[in-house]
Amino acid sequence: MNPGLPITAARAALARCHACHLLSRMKPLPPGSHAHCPRCGAALHLRKPDSLARAWALTLAAYILYIPANTLPIMTVVSMGHGEPDTILSGVRVLIAGGLWPLALLVFFASVVVPVLKLFALTYLLVSVWRKSRWRPRDRTVLYRITEAVGRWSMIDVFMISILVALVKLGAIATIEPGAGALAFASVVIVTMFAAMSFDPRLIWDALENPDER
Amino acid sequence: MNDPNPATFSASAADALVACHDCDLLYRKRPLREGEKARCARCGALLYTRKPNSIERTLTLALAALILFALANIYPLLDFQFQGRAQQSSVLSGVRELYAQGMWTLAMVVFVASILAPLLKLLALLYVLLPLHFGRRPWRMAQVFRWIETLHPWAMTEVYLLGVLVAFVKLSDIATIVPGVALYSFAALIVVMAATDAALEPEAIWERLEPCR
Ligand SMILES: [Zn+2]
Ligand SMILES: [Zn+2]
Ligand SMILES: [Zn+2]
Repeated sequence: MNPGLPITAARAALARCHACHLLSRMKPLPPGSHAHCPRCGAALHLRKPDSLARAWALTLAAYILYIPANTLPIMTVVSMGHGEPDTILSGVRVLIAGGLWPLALLVFFASVVVPVLKLFALTYLLVSVWRKSRWRPRDRTVLYRITEAVGRWSMIDVFMISILVALVKLGAIATIEPGAGALAFASVVIVTMFAAMSFDPRLIWDALENPDER
Repeated sequence: MNDPNPATFSASAADALVACHDCDLLYRKRPLREGEKARCARCGALLYTRKPNSIERTLTLALAALILFALANIYPLLDFQFQGRAQQSSVLSGVRELYAQGMWTLAMVVFVASILAPLLKLLALLYVLLPLHFGRRPWRMAQVFRWIETLHPWAMTEVYLLGVLVAFVKLSDIATIVPGVALYSFAALIVVMAATDAALEPEAIWERLEPCR
């Protein structure tokens, strides 16, 4: 570990290119024009643009989508003309009833725990940044990193359905049909991934910049 | 870039500096030994690394990953046998069946996450690294290399494999399920793709772009 200079890049009017990480000096621009990275051409910003507004909007959308994702069936097992709809939670219950404990735990964690915790973590981070909290910025940054890394694992159920639908095509004996809940659930995962991408973790540390401002 | 914006320039002083990705603190860049990592003292984020023969190793691993990717998509994943009937499934047949059942959005999601994003990521890597290995600069290298980071979160090969395994265990109670060649290729692909990501040192690639400023 090397000690940092006692100043942030933004303070020094340096923008870090989000694509190639080059630092460029930001100069006042005529309105309507945009600064671009001289090395790779990506748009330059001191912070991700409209980070809080975008992350809030996407997080709220994910909360709303979370309801159909858990109430609508993710798939229906049709056997002998009789349909048996499965939701995310009933799918976990079936695994437990079958004695498949490790698998039940995995699916429960990936499909139920991770999406909820991810939404709560994003909400907490957004509220803390909005209130200009100075409390444990390092831990909040770690929370952000975890939130960003685990989200993708919730897609397990969606991929499982795509396999089941292709395999179980036994005509009158049994077929598996995908349900609208699967689409809602995939949307929750994708929208929360976008929300986490829009959030700028440097905002957590910006609250430490102006100590007299509160 | 062909039209450098006059409003910004990379000052020579800024070249020797790096900013932390997560907390924006500035650091003076110091030379690292091979395999060493520089971390932010304030938030713990990775600042930069130096990896031995990054381009050659990444290139080899990406080529191996491309072969495994082809095997994983050509061969069947699982064989389903039930009362004398048999059904095979591949990655693409899962997508096709969702589409056939009217869930085309879901089919798109599965297609992008399991096939398109990992494939484009591998092709973009090869497009940039292969010419660099032979001392040439690929056309529009910066744009293509930028895609790799954009595609990264959407390439969900390892999550997909776990989804296949859950389907496998669920069905093995009621029918005979035989794992296909693609399942083993997938498992190997995940290991090789993780190694590819670990071998890549983006800073080394971006520095090759410097002379064209
Ligand atoms: Zn750049
Ligand atoms: Zn902009
Ligand atoms: Zn930091």
